[in-house]
Order: sequence, then structure tokens, then C-alpha cells
Amino acid sequence: MNCDELLAMLNAYVDGAIDPGVCETFEKHLAGCNPCQVVVDNIRQTITLYKDGQPYPLPATFHRQLHDALRQRFTQLQR
Amino acid sequence: MTTTRTDDFALVRRAQAGELAAFEELVSQYEQRVYTLARRITGQEQDAEDVTQQAFLSALEHLADFRGEASFATWLTRIATHAALKVIRKRQGLPTVSLEAATEEQETDGSVPHPEYIADWRESPAELVTRGETRRFIDAALAQLDEKHRLVFLLRDVEGLSIQETAATLQLSEANVKVRLLRARLQLREQLTRAFGDEQRRVTGGHAHE
Repeated sequence: MNCDELLAMLNAYVDGAIDPGVCETFEKHLAGCNPCQVVVDNIRQTITLYKDGQPYPLPATFHRQLHDALRQRFTQLQR
Repeated sequence: MTTTRTDDFALVRRAQAGELAAFEELVSQYEQRVYTLARRITGQEQDAEDVTQQAFLSALEHLADFRGEASFATWLTRIATHAALKVIRKRQGLPTVSLEAATEEQETDGSVPHPEYIADWRESPAELVTRGETRRFIDAALAQLDEKHRLVFLLRDVEGLSIQETAATLQLSEANVKVRLLRARLQLREQLTRAFGDEQRRVTGGHAHE
């Protein structure tokens, strides 16, 4: 496996969805290729950063408006 | 999310039976997540508010249809994504009826962008998320992606939908989702590493070997 082939398999590897046989070849390449190792780390960190980032709080006015609208609709639907 | 799928399902059941408090609890649980997704898809605060309200109204109106095949979070993410795409299509002056027309286009070029700036990061993601400017930066990086790549990344990697669920939500083939996801991840990696990478530990030089 060369670097380009590794790149093509990157998603499956990072998501743990790689075929076991391919995984072995993948990791063999990784062990001997520092740039590829760093790229794999970077990708994992990138995903983690987005996944674990704080969500935006709702603006207070909008929060009230949303809950009012939903309460009203909920009550209408119950009738 | 700290709640489990079972907790959500119990709340949905109670809301379906007419208990407003249960529905409000679900809304409180997910409103920030939906709003954040909407902000990242539309890139605008006002649009994000409209989308969030539309998504929850739509979820409420279709609550009876929720059978729990997917998690409530996934179900809601699909509704919110469709609401956001509708807003974007309207803004672009495209017909809103066909989601397909705007998203189905195949990735033609088989090649993916090659990593250029390769370096270990100066700090871990756990350290980075504690800083306010990080969110601004990562959202700016996200905004620079093509919409088709951004959507796939948001649904798969941020919202945690499976490849299959992402494909179904965007009406794409799974193969197409995978290609788009790889491009999105590589592009974001490039941008984030340029910002967070340690220049001292940059890996340079030839990277063409077997």
C-alpha cells in the first residue's frame, strides 16, 4: 500500500469500518510512514473538535418565541 | 447528548399521548443542537432561527408518525436538514420541491486533495474546545467548504448519522456520501492544521514512497 492508496482507505480506517485484512496492510504502512501517521491523527482531531464543540445557545428572544409558538401549536393539535 | 435513546423514546410516547411537558423537554434537550446545525448549514442567524422553529413545528405535526425506527435525534436531524435546505434553495432562487436536483450531482473526479500541511497540533482538541475563538475559527473553515461537502460532514461527523442515514437524508448514493465525506475531512484537516499545527514539528520533504 502506498500513501495514495492509504488516503483512499482513510475514511474506513478512521470509522473502524475497514476490512481486517486491509487494516493490517494499512497499519503496516502507517508504522513506517510518519506523514501518514500525522495525517490520520490530524483527521481524528479534526472530527473530535467539531463533534465535541459547544453548540450555540439560542438568543433569549428567539427562545421565548420558539416555545410560545410550539406550546400554541401543541394545544391546537390536541383539540 | 446526555440522554439515551430510550429516554427520548419515552418522552416521545408521552408527548404523543398529549403531554405538553414531555414535548417541551424534548425541545429543550435538542434546541441548541438543531439551532447550531441550522446556523452551520445556512450560515445565517436569522435563517437559523426560522429553520429551528420550522423544524420543531414540523416534528410536532408529524410526531404521530415517529415509530422509533431511527433515534429521535436522527429523525429530528433529518427534519431540520430538510428545513434548512428549503431555506437555502429559496434564497438561491431554486425550486424548493426537489431536494434531489440540488444534491444528487455525482462527484466526478476520483482524485482527492492531497495533504499539504502536515504537522502535529500544538494542543489537543480537548484544550482547543475550551476557547471561544476556536468555534469561530472552525465554523469559518466549515463555511468555506462547498455546500455538498459541508452537509455530508455535518450529518455524518457532527450529528453522528450513519453513512446510510446520511445518504437517505440527502438523497445521495452511499458511494457519493463517502467520497464527499473524505473530501470534507481532508479539506478541514488542511485548514485546521494550518492554524493549529506546530510549525516546529511540521513534516516536510518527500512523501512519495511505496
